[in-house]
Amino acid sequence: MSDAVRPGPTVLSVRDLVVTYGAATALHGISFEVHQGEVVTIIGGNGAGKTTTLRTVSGVSEVIQKSTGEITFREQRIDGMPAHRIAKMGLAHIPEGRRVFPQLSVAENLELGSFRRRGDRAAVAEDLADMYRRFPVLAERKEQYAGLLSGGEQQMLAIARGLMAGPSFLVMDEPSLGLAPLIVNQMFEIIQQLAADSGVTILLVEQVATKALAVADYAYVLESGAITAHGPAGELAADPLVKKAYLGG
Amino acid sequence: MSAASWAVEKRPTLVKVGRWVGWIGIIAVGLYLPQAFPPFRVGQFNTIMAYGLAALGLALLTGFNGQISIGHGAFFGIGAYTTVIIVGDHPEFPWLATTAVGALLAFAVGIVVGLPALRIRGLYLGVVTLALALLFRQALEKYSDLTGGSQGRGVPRGQKFSAPDWTGLANDQWRYYVIFVIVVGCLVLSRNIVKSRMGRAAVAIRDNETAAEVLGVNVARTKVLMFGVSAMLAGIGGSLLVIGSPIPRVSANSFTIVLSITFLVALVVGGATSILGPIIGAAFVVLLPEVVPHEQQVLTPVILGAVLIALMLVAPDGVVGLSRRSASWAWRMLARAADTGPDTGLETGDSSKEQLQLDSRES
Repeated sequence: MSDAVRPGPTVLSVRDLVVTYGAATALHGISFEVHQGEVVTIIGGNGAGKTTTLRTVSGVSEVIQKSTGEITFREQRIDGMPAHRIAKMGLAHIPEGRRVFPQLSVAENLELGSFRRRGDRAAVAEDLADMYRRFPVLAERKEQYAGLLSGGEQQMLAIARGLMAGPSFLVMDEPSLGLAPLIVNQMFEIIQQLAADSGVTILLVEQVATKALAVADYAYVLESGAITAHGPAGELAADPLVKKAYLGG
Repeated sequence: MSAASWAVEKRPTLVKVGRWVGWIGIIAVGLYLPQAFPPFRVGQFNTIMAYGLAALGLALLTGFNGQISIGHGAFFGIGAYTTVIIVGDHPEFPWLATTAVGALLAFAVGIVVGLPALRIRGLYLGVVTLALALLFRQALEKYSDLTGGSQGRGVPRGQKFSAPDWTGLANDQWRYYVIFVIVVGCLVLSRNIVKSRMGRAAVAIRDNETAAEVLGVNVARTKVLMFGVSAMLAGIGGSLLVIGSPIPRVSANSFTIVLSITFLVALVVGGATSILGPIIGAAFVVLLPEVVPHEQQVLTPVILGAVLIALMLVAPDGVVGLSRRSASWAWRMLARAADTGPDTGLETGDSSKEQLQLDSRES
């Protein structure tokens, strides 16, 4: 793979990350980087370790106890730091399978998104208005219970909830999971638009490799807990091996 | 415009007004009760309120935060013993101050028990708290010099919590009113906790711990605090049980595992995600033996079990849940009568929203 020049300073750097669940090793010492303003994707099949990678970066408690390695976010070591402190540093995690709070209303879900932002009410209100503009369907269903939204709407809510934290760095875990093809397209349009107009840096983990490579600047291929290839997304999409394994020929 | 369509249109306002009227009605009835019933009954009402606080604590813990405790009898006991021991040894100590001490002690022990609860959940947490209930009973026996063991311990004669002359109330009425005020205070406090940032965080943890975590909720702190507050409410309940009884006396035999389970039953019967439900559930568990004929008292646990099973089938969300569902059904009927709904599709959407609402809202 060519060593392309990547823009901006490094925002997130992961070195030799190992995660073991009992006897099984989920990640065998992976390393990757995300630079300011980039959309980086990690593609890989089921069980490759994609979700584990993201959860370790975000500090989810059940995973970080089982991990070793060096994670640096904005020049600060964050490995072993609890999730709520990492969230405070501007990293928002949009969990896989949507994970909205089904028994809270859409508005309450969004309110929880801004949980860490006490004190800047004006900015939160502005962001909320922005979310309702970006996702009109959420405005329509403001008072409805999140559990009653369709899959696509729940994913939009999960994204909007993540954005309500006012993050500079967005971590997205398989936004296409369990969605109809048409809705998947819509999801990637949203991601593309976010990358273009919000200035947020995005780390995206995906199984739908074609779509992910189309929106990303840089990509890593994760296979059974190890990174087997990386490079600019366009180059990877053209790589015959990647094509064969992930892009259906 | 028909009355029905007017009601449907004004629904949010009507619901709000209805809620206020309901609360005022409950308080009015609560204030009237000791005037209408003999001292023996008033004593029972005191027990209901004391048990109700323990069940309310469980509601905050289980219903709103998803943690479980089969050991709340221990926190209840801490409150009860604190009051008996302090008043017994220091007659000059004001009764209600012992409630505060008991509340703080229960809170502290609750925090300590809440810490391991961060690592274990579900069934395992149930077992650990169960051990707490058993341990408490053993500790009462072991330190019988202080607690009186299974012999029990009371306060010296003449140390009753009695009415000051200016009130013109009988002792039993005075005790009731003091407890009533404290219980209403605890209800308001709980409601505010549930509506607060912390309550929101607690519900988020219950619904999805990982999602709450990555949103920046301090899961550990919230869970431990909820455990502490829950234990504190049980502690206040225990202290009030002593204050409310005409012959204040505690014995190790009344703080067994059965007591902890009684609170759980009250919670389930009343409704775990409601503030008022636990009090209703407590009334059920305290008054049930009354309706069972005296010579058939052995049947009480059987009836209790049967009622529980039946409730699981028809009203898994307790009495309050059932009434919420009936209310939303009534509104649907009204909407149909008014025929203001644009179409039936929207109506069904609305009704399922109500169904979901049951679990997350308090009354």
